[in-house]
Amino acid sequence: MKISRQTIMLLILAAAFFALVKGLQFAGVLNAYWQLVLDQALVTVIGALGLSLIYGFTGQFSLGHAAFYGLGAYTAGAIDIVYGNGNIIFFFVSILAGAALAGLVALLIGLPILRLRSDYLGIATLGFGIIVKVGMDNANKLIPVLGGATGMSGTPQTAHFDLIFILVLIIILLVRNFVFSTYGRACTSIREDEIAADIMGIDTTRFKVLAFVLGCSLAGLAGGIYAHRYPFLHPASFDFLKSFDFLLIVVLGGLGSMTGTIVTAIGWGFLMEVLRAVLGENFIDWRGVIYALILIVAIILRPQGLFSGKELGLLLPRPLQTGQGKERSHAGTGS
Amino acid sequence: MPVLEVKNLSKNFGGLKAVNNFQLTMEEGEIVGLIGPNGAGKTTVFNLITGIYFPSAGTINFLGEQINGLPPFRICQKGIARTFQNIRLFKENTVLDNVRTVFHPRIKYGLLDALFRTPRFNAEEERVNREAMEFLAALNLADRSAHKASGLPYGDQRRLEIARSLACRPKLLILDEPAAGMNPNEVSRMVDLVRMIKEKFQLTILLIEHQMGMVMNLCERLVVMDFGQIIASGTPDEIRNNQMVLEAYLGKGATVA
Repeated sequence: MKISRQTIMLLILAAAFFALVKGLQFAGVLNAYWQLVLDQALVTVIGALGLSLIYGFTGQFSLGHAAFYGLGAYTAGAIDIVYGNGNIIFFFVSILAGAALAGLVALLIGLPILRLRSDYLGIATLGFGIIVKVGMDNANKLIPVLGGATGMSGTPQTAHFDLIFILVLIIILLVRNFVFSTYGRACTSIREDEIAADIMGIDTTRFKVLAFVLGCSLAGLAGGIYAHRYPFLHPASFDFLKSFDFLLIVVLGGLGSMTGTIVTAIGWGFLMEVLRAVLGENFIDWRGVIYALILIVAIILRPQGLFSGKELGLLLPRPLQTGQGKERSHAGTGS
Repeated sequence: MPVLEVKNLSKNFGGLKAVNNFQLTMEEGEIVGLIGPNGAGKTTVFNLITGIYFPSAGTINFLGEQINGLPPFRICQKGIARTFQNIRLFKENTVLDNVRTVFHPRIKYGLLDALFRTPRFNAEEERVNREAMEFLAALNLADRSAHKASGLPYGDQRRLEIARSLACRPKLLILDEPAAGMNPNEVSRMVDLVRMIKEKFQLTILLIEHQMGMVMNLCERLVVMDFGQIIASGTPDEIRNNQMVLEAYLGKGATVA
């Protein structure tokens, strides 16, 4: 298999980032707390890339992304508590099971809803998010290990920076490969003009469902990793505000930009922690206000998002030789 | 066997009969023009043939096969492509991507090939790129391939829509006012263009057009609609002198000047 120059450059950049983090660890700058923040930001990258596929590239508005994230977290966590013993194999089995369950549920929701040509997905996923939250609050009545409103603890903390970093890198490469293929083109054509895509031979329902299922599976996968990196799962971590987190990251990063989603996901995680440090105990109370203010300011200053549909060259496919010089495709919505 | 055979086609929107008992048979290689005053139901006929609307009554056969009731993307895959009256490109995507997108039904690699960039994926993408560039070259858009579709001038957008529909490899091409808003010079170039693609891609063409210079020049046969019904059909010369048609356009008592 031929590996493109872009992929090699991307891997070199990733190695440099990895070395930097290792260096900071070694120098003692990156303590356990900030390491946890970084790891969770990387987990958020995976979930946010999922929503980027659904909303940024396919144009389907979802307000329940955290519910799929939570489904993955609880599924993976519970499987590993019951069957696992800190073995790395159970880490992979459980996070894949979490991703698969999230994907399956997304399929069941998506098939009826995504036939419609409107914003019904937003309403349906909002409702689903509430159902999942209520379900988590009361889950212990059916399955005691899930803990219900008091939260679930005891998942083996198998995930660490090295493992999470490699998983994130793999997911970034896979999402890039999806976006810059005929599947990605079909998805972006739906975002641009659903009727025209349909008339031009694209089975729009199928691709909306595909993007939704893949995106929600990524949320489930991210949730599963989160359960293995943060010892205490609580339903409040997967409520509407968390869905809003993902949505903000994708919109602020710029719709149709993987680079924007990745950078914003990491930046967002650190911003929230800095605010927590600054505001202290009050942070939780003021969080909703801060979100709204950031969103308003960002939309006024830069409505197209930070990266406005552009990609870092490393994430793009090999340039085409067309006789008129080099050119690049892009799948974003920016100008 | 006729390419397109429309029988007794009707479409009601509530109490309004937008299309009433419409008939049309097209043989291979024909260029037929559908004309009529605004609101006559021409675009509704196009929307019925391409599957956007579901007919209230009647049948549509394409190459001997009934297609009414199929979803639009299936009808496209059977070999009917169209352009739109108000251009509907994939605006934020590049010119090249607009054309490459419609290769999708004929792509010979699967999701796993795409995710893992297998040799089959690379070979097929190379073919798609090459062929898409050929379509752009045929429509004189090759040097714009990296531009965003929405950034093209109006005439180029019209041509890109045609390039995109040609990339569906249709047997029947449906053009909805391809020369709308063009000056006489541009109209005559559009006439040449439609002739060229008809020959090059062996098409049967059905078009709606208000520019009489275009339809009279291009079409071998015209069908005239008014209030959802066919009021006349025949060669351009026959239509030019038809009293019903003059009345539909100009009102009662009109004569040829």
